[in-house]
Amino acid sequence: MKQTISILVENQAGVLNKITGLFSRRAFNIESLAVGVTDDPSISRITIIVDSGNSVVEQVEKQLNKLVDVIKVRTLEDDRMIGRELMIAKVSCTTKTRVDIMNLCQIMGAKIADVSPTTMTLELSDTTERLELFQSLLRPFSILEVARTGLIAVQKGSGKI
Amino acid sequence: MKVKSTVAILECLLEQGVDTIFGYPGGTILNIYDELYSYQDKIRHILTAHEQGAAHAADGYARSTGKVGVCFATSGPGATNLTTGIATAYYDSSPVVFITCNVTENTLGKDAFQEVDITGIAMPITKATYLVRDPQTIPDVIREAFAVAATGRPGPVLIDFLKNVTAPSVMIDYEPMERKEHIHHGRLQALTHRIGWDIKTPEPNHDDVRTLCQMIAESKKPLLICGGGVVRSRAHEVFRAFAEKIDTPVAITVMGGGGFPGGHPLTTGMIGMHGTQASNIACDNCDLLIAVGCRFSDRVALDPDTFAANAKIVHIDIDRAEIGKNVKTAHHIIGDAKRVLELLNSVVEEKKNPEWKEFVFSHATRTEYDDKPGELTPQQVLETIRQIVPGDSIVATDVGQHQMWTIQHFHFDYPGQLLTSGGFGTMGFGLGAALGAKIGNPDKTVIHITGDGCFRMNGQEMATESHYDIPVITFVFDNRTLGMVRQWQNLIYNKRFSQTDLGFAPDFVKLAEAYGLKGRRVTNVQELKEAIHEALEWGHGYVVDCMIDTDEMVRPMVGGGQPITNFMLT
Repeated sequence: MKQTISILVENQAGVLNKITGLFSRRAFNIESLAVGVTDDPSISRITIIVDSGNSVVEQVEKQLNKLVDVIKVRTLEDDRMIGRELMIAKVSCTTKTRVDIMNLCQIMGAKIADVSPTTMTLELSDTTERLELFQSLLRPFSILEVARTGLIAVQKGSGKI
Repeated sequence: MKVKSTVAILECLLEQGVDTIFGYPGGTILNIYDELYSYQDKIRHILTAHEQGAAHAADGYARSTGKVGVCFATSGPGATNLTTGIATAYYDSSPVVFITCNVTENTLGKDAFQEVDITGIAMPITKATYLVRDPQTIPDVIREAFAVAATGRPGPVLIDFLKNVTAPSVMIDYEPMERKEHIHHGRLQALTHRIGWDIKTPEPNHDDVRTLCQMIAESKKPLLICGGGVVRSRAHEVFRAFAEKIDTPVAITVMGGGGFPGGHPLTTGMIGMHGTQASNIACDNCDLLIAVGCRFSDRVALDPDTFAANAKIVHIDIDRAEIGKNVKTAHHIIGDAKRVLELLNSVVEEKKNPEWKEFVFSHATRTEYDDKPGELTPQQVLETIRQIVPGDSIVATDVGQHQMWTIQHFHFDYPGQLLTSGGFGTMGFGLGAALGAKIGNPDKTVIHITGDGCFRMNGQEMATESHYDIPVITFVFDNRTLGMVRQWQNLIYNKRFSQTDLGFAPDFVKLAEAYGLKGRRVTNVQELKEAIHEALEWGHGYVVDCMIDTDEMVRPMVGGGQPITNFMLT
């Protein structure tokens, strides 16, 4: 089962290590992880998507709460969060395929970040599902490289952690 | 005021009431040791033979006194030698502050001599680790570290100072502050406002307490488990009052030893893998199981699916993360054991369970071992010790058969009387722990019960025992084998005794004498009695090498992962 966990932590060296250690200890695989500083420079937000298999993440959540560097922990439910991920994809192109790729970008709302005679570099910020759709549509054009940031998310509406 | 950073470190320790440190110096921690030279009249330092011994001694000091233990070591191997001791303290929730030093800022991360990332290594075996790079943070970090170690569920923390932080030229602002004021300042103050981080002990939910009272009133067959949390919170008196008020049998875990009087008529004895018939059968038949400060480890809840299958399980624990971790519970109360039990005692109604008690106590609450003509048995050794040494003696054990026999035969009546590595199962824990306990409790007799395998791990602390003249009596259960492993090989591995023969061990009596202690090998009860009397009269470190049978086993025994009443040995 995949779950999205949002964690506010002290912005300090070694904190990420402590957090990920709690997941690896229980053999939970981290599918994606994004870290960035919040409005308060002393606090960072970590967004983790974890595949816990059949086990429950609740135990890890409680353990996270015990770390002195952790300020808050919240499991976000899919239908009650705004989640976005950024992807940069480099595809090979020819003068013939360039227009097709541009059309795809327009349909999906992606930007063209860079162009060379034989490649195009595209960027798209959207939900994970939409990124995957975009990626699969690009595949026939031969994807050379893909980089994704991992999901960042906040709660919908006025709720905050 | 401006003081040297090393002065601030030692002053902060004095703020915490520290008067004893166990440790071992080395290159990077020299500045602190140099300052310690000026503090000799205020802080006693015990130099052990090995950093692991220092770690266990600080742990034994903490467990037996209820205060926070303090242990020093240098960087690199000094720090890594602590790790088994840190993990031992962590698994048994013992509050110890470990202080190490590391290389200087400009060599950090460059594989300098004796450099190791000890805060990284210690991360999963501590409540918190601190790498101090800014000297000005010293008071804040030390105050926070002690508070974290001692409050909530206690446990070890580690502070690693970079060497340049402790340089004699480094001056910092330091204002003395009473311990009770710490919580209102710095990071510690911020911690008090966090969810799930109650540096102030959380007040138990009164509705949860009332719910439990209702469950008790409805129960016909209640059982209590006394876990290590009762010991750590010094809740033995209120626990006893609670058990007596609701007239409920009490099973005791290894870590719970001392939380409830071992000889009390409501005691069913140890529970779990080597639990008594009464404890394990009661667990299987009860309709309400109230576990206080226990974490349902795999040595107690051997098979979580069938554990107390007929009961509603109620878990009382200070650590929220323990609830529902190993077994499913019907109800829980979060809080310090002492406070929860005080509340319970104030509202719970008295009840009597004569029929249920009759059923429970129709099963054995202790294991009878047969005497063997011409041989010294573990039972005889322990009964003889018990008859001669004072009843309130502190008992430190190592790990294995002798540990289980000790817990089966001795009665522990107060928290800190039994010092044993229950969670981590650290061979070589006992002697260091015994030395720490004797230093913390100079008026008590301290005995150390070990096996011939364990005694060879950290037995070199006899040097510390001798040098500081710390009178501990060591009893070696000498069966010339790694007894508990051999027991498993006997029962489960078709008697293939792979690498468990210790017949080549040194002469422990001569070894003791080489360290300046006295020793005696005993082969019968009469010799044993003479040796104990001699040890008590002599008043210095003494080793009694007790020759017992190689194939003596710990009974009863339930196999790992099995339902708790599937006794493979009765």
